[in-house]
Amino acid sequence: MSDDAAPEAVRRTPRSRRQILAAGSALVGGGLAEVIALPARAETTGGIENTPPHVPRWMKEPGADVGSQLYGQPSEFEKDVIRNVPKNGKQYTSSASRTPLQELDGIITPNGLFYERHHGGIPAIDPAQHRLMIHGLVERPLLLTMDELRRFPTESHIYFLECSGNPGFETVKQGKTASDLVGLASCCEWTGVRLKTILEEVGLKPEAKWVVAEGADAAALTRSVPLEKCLDDALLVFSQNGERLRPQQGYPVRLLLPGFEGNMSVKWLRRLNVVAEPAYSREETAKYTDSMPDGTARQFTFTMEAKSIITRPSGTQRIAAGFNEITGLAWSGRGRINGVEVSVDGGTTWQPAVLQQPVLSRAFTRFRYPWAWDGRPTVILSRATDETGYVQPSFADLTAIRGMKSFYHNNAIVPWRIAADGEVSNGYV
Amino acid sequence: MVTSELVRILALSVAVLASSAQAEGGFGFGRAPTAEEIAGWNIDIDRDGRKLPPGHGSVVQGRVLFEAQCASCHGLRGEGGIGDRLAGGQGSLATHNPVKTVGSFWPYAPTLFDYIHRAMPMNAPQSLTPDEVYAVVGYVLNLNGLVPDDAVMDAETLRAVRMPNRDGFVPDPRPDIR
Repeated sequence: MSDDAAPEAVRRTPRSRRQILAAGSALVGGGLAEVIALPARAETTGGIENTPPHVPRWMKEPGADVGSQLYGQPSEFEKDVIRNVPKNGKQYTSSASRTPLQELDGIITPNGLFYERHHGGIPAIDPAQHRLMIHGLVERPLLLTMDELRRFPTESHIYFLECSGNPGFETVKQGKTASDLVGLASCCEWTGVRLKTILEEVGLKPEAKWVVAEGADAAALTRSVPLEKCLDDALLVFSQNGERLRPQQGYPVRLLLPGFEGNMSVKWLRRLNVVAEPAYSREETAKYTDSMPDGTARQFTFTMEAKSIITRPSGTQRIAAGFNEITGLAWSGRGRINGVEVSVDGGTTWQPAVLQQPVLSRAFTRFRYPWAWDGRPTVILSRATDETGYVQPSFADLTAIRGMKSFYHNNAIVPWRIAADGEVSNGYV
Repeated sequence: MVTSELVRILALSVAVLASSAQAEGGFGFGRAPTAEEIAGWNIDIDRDGRKLPPGHGSVVQGRVLFEAQCASCHGLRGEGGIGDRLAGGQGSLATHNPVKTVGSFWPYAPTLFDYIHRAMPMNAPQSLTPDEVYAVVGYVLNLNGLVPDDAVMDAETLRAVRMPNRDGFVPDPRPDIR
């Protein structure tokens, strides 16, 4: 078994033990020690009690009562589908966790699995005491409670959100799973008020060119947003996937800038300062700027360019010869995905994948490609094209221009290597 | 018909309401913040330092503060640790091993005031007085050889510091890969 397969094997162990214990508890007089002592193959043996021709245990007694979970949780057998938190971080106040993309279907990220990137921890904000202040180059400065904000006309849209360092250039060989590589991306239906509505309410002065957004977290995170974006599709969001924002996503209100790098969609939004020039804050000078080989750094690199990744089969999974559906996600900060091509021969030839409807602007798009694997080692890849005609580049083409030190905005094609035994691993290695 | 008459009256009333709302500035939700409320929350310092507050602090005072409140994460001499490296690296940006610090990378000195005031120390942000922030800013600049050991930082002296990488940033040229 290769090293790449180890995490999957480890991951499965607790699941099978739970199943053994669950089966054991239903057996009258079944000793715990005896159950635990069952050999490794007991996952199959235990399951036989509930498979044909036997009547499953869960049909022989009533299930849990209605309301036994007042806020519903996933099945206990899905306990391993969780956020992917990097181990051995220096600290976790300013850090990130990733969405387990390879475990999910469709285009919507469940709220509890949305990726996290916080710069000063997750504040516990009482919405009754939270205020949104709009000031600066406006005719009528405004202070809003959350109830007042929600009185304005609202809209709902499905948009992806992605961290600009997803992944860094120098770490592409380190990731084992799809989540490790590009799990700093998620997609939700967001509900809120157009920022344009609020800016019309306060009235912009002629010198207004930028809006500086500030969070009510311990980082008081600050980013400058061009006025054109603010008057276009920018939203002040208070709900995700139908319920109020999770604290990790900016409760009780956040900015949402469709297609822009994630950190600009300032969470826990408390202040919008309308100004004539950018703040040139630490986050838009020392941090989210992209270092080039000549020593310069690109600044205000807002747009997340087209990207795709195959989520199944993907790293640490294992496939069998014969039919395998290749599926994954594609998205672009510039609009809709026009097409996704899949290669099953290491990039020599490419075939079009089928795009699942709906295909929405600046949202995840699910693609599928039916494949019969002949059992020979190969590398599979996906390549997205967006509505502007932009084609997702290879890592070689990207780094030929940007070098290895720009860290942010790596949207390169992700290769998955498939070994003769069906093990899938990072194709960069 | 009575119904159509009602619709007409309703439509008129809505139009009147909408126009009067517009005259007052739209929907009319919320209220104007007071000058004190805005001043209490507006902590933005621009890159040219025009908005820097009154106050002053010396490099000597800054060293004491830094060693007490910053060094546990950033190292005694800003060499880094749990927190970012803050000093050194000048001249490294165009090499294969760029070292990005305040001295080598940050383009504007007033941004240091803005950031340290709003976000540092990480366990107690916005706890430093303006005098203390000026002092710590001075010490971090001193660690990078950008102000002398006897410097006292205030709005005027901080504005005057020209950072080595001031002109190191370029606009976004993307899409750049074809």
